[in-house]
Amino acid sequence: MKIVIIKYNAGNIQSVLYALERIGVSAMVTDAIEEIQTADKVIFPGVGEASTAMQYLRERKLDELIINLKQPVLGICLGMQLMCTHSTENDTACLGIFEEQVKQFETEDPTIKVPQIGWNTITALETPLFKGIAENSFAYFVHGYFAALGKHTIATTNYIQDYSSALHKDNFYGVQFHPEKSALAGKQIIQNFLAL
Amino acid sequence: MLTKRIIPCLDIKDGRTVKGVNFEQLRDAGDPVELAAFYAKEGADELVFLDITATVEKRKTLSELVNKIAHKINIPFTVGGGIQTEEDVRILLQNGADKISINTAAFQNPTIINRFAKNFGSQCVVLAIDTKLEADGNWYVYLKGGREKTNTLTTDWAKQAVDLGVGEILLTSMNHDGTKLGFALDITAALSSALPVPIIASGGGGNEAHFYDVFTMGKADAALAASIFHYKEVAIPHLKKYLNEKGIAVRI
Repeated sequence: MKIVIIKYNAGNIQSVLYALERIGVSAMVTDAIEEIQTADKVIFPGVGEASTAMQYLRERKLDELIINLKQPVLGICLGMQLMCTHSTENDTACLGIFEEQVKQFETEDPTIKVPQIGWNTITALETPLFKGIAENSFAYFVHGYFAALGKHTIATTNYIQDYSSALHKDNFYGVQFHPEKSALAGKQIIQNFLAL
Repeated sequence: MLTKRIIPCLDIKDGRTVKGVNFEQLRDAGDPVELAAFYAKEGADELVFLDITATVEKRKTLSELVNKIAHKINIPFTVGGGIQTEEDVRILLQNGADKISINTAAFQNPTIINRFAKNFGSQCVVLAIDTKLEADGNWYVYLKGGREKTNTLTTDWAKQAVDLGVGEILLTSMNHDGTKLGFALDITAALSSALPVPIIASGGGGNEAHFYDVFTMGKADAALAASIFHYKEVAIPHLKKYLNEKGIAVRI
């Protein structure tokens, strides 16, 4: 199986690569269009800022490439947010795969920190991506923006309000949390993705 | 619900853990990789590695160690000690660290906070502050591992650093560190209430009740300890069970 991690100007790519290694599979980190097109599974990671990341993808025509992929694609964190239609982070038009809107966490309560950093639960789990994952399993999150609930929601998390901690449409999957840093549950989710 | 985090801290010197840790389960408790994997399995939510060698010639040893840790453990970890430049940060992140922590270098040159946050994202920039309550009733910032006093109030420095872009604050009370009499609840609560970023409390955790106190009265988002975990005075699974029964949200 050929697994490709899309290389772009966003963090945490090494962590994803190492998580795959722990499962016993190797992956290629590349931004070469032909390599991505011919992969069996594509992982679209990301930590960073939306507009900078989208600009980078457009300059390399990776935006058109991603939306036309037919094999299973897994967006992680910012990767998932970029697969949505729009992010209020610097008013960024994104890839438009998921219609759910990406907005910033807002609260009047000074004891609630933004960004959310740490372990939170995932519930209302749907699709084979979460096969064998118990309701209310813990996942590791680091994010200041979130995707609203919508018709593509396949996992829900609560922080200030309920939001989409995972999305799915056709061959596209996105997770807001970091499966590569989410201990055994995260490992299972990655294995489930590879088994799609 | 977002949970409170329990974070063991490992001091590293020349690629080995210092403080004579004693774990029967481990073949080599001086090996940071094996100890890290043990804590991850025990239910630690994150790990912090502080390199106390931090000399230029040892930095390669540290980046190699970080790479080994990143291959092995499946929870987030922070690396600190002697980080001064973007290149220092880049090497550690490329080798798989999730966050870096900065202390003296950031105080002496606060613009590095801004540059690190811009280049790598606030989420990976942790500011460590060593603080001490003086006779005048104020908490002051100390540098160089607590050896050098400044005249800056901890709350002022923390606010400035958050404005510059730090994503979390690791606050160590020198009055409490090593005492095992409990965390510094007042300054931890003061920072946590005043600032929009998570506060990791450090120094003084000696028993399970201290962790309850720092998460409630201290308003901490996470609590860090070293020797009580290393010497098994407090076991993470039991600590989390205790906190859960007392109504604190923890990952079990």
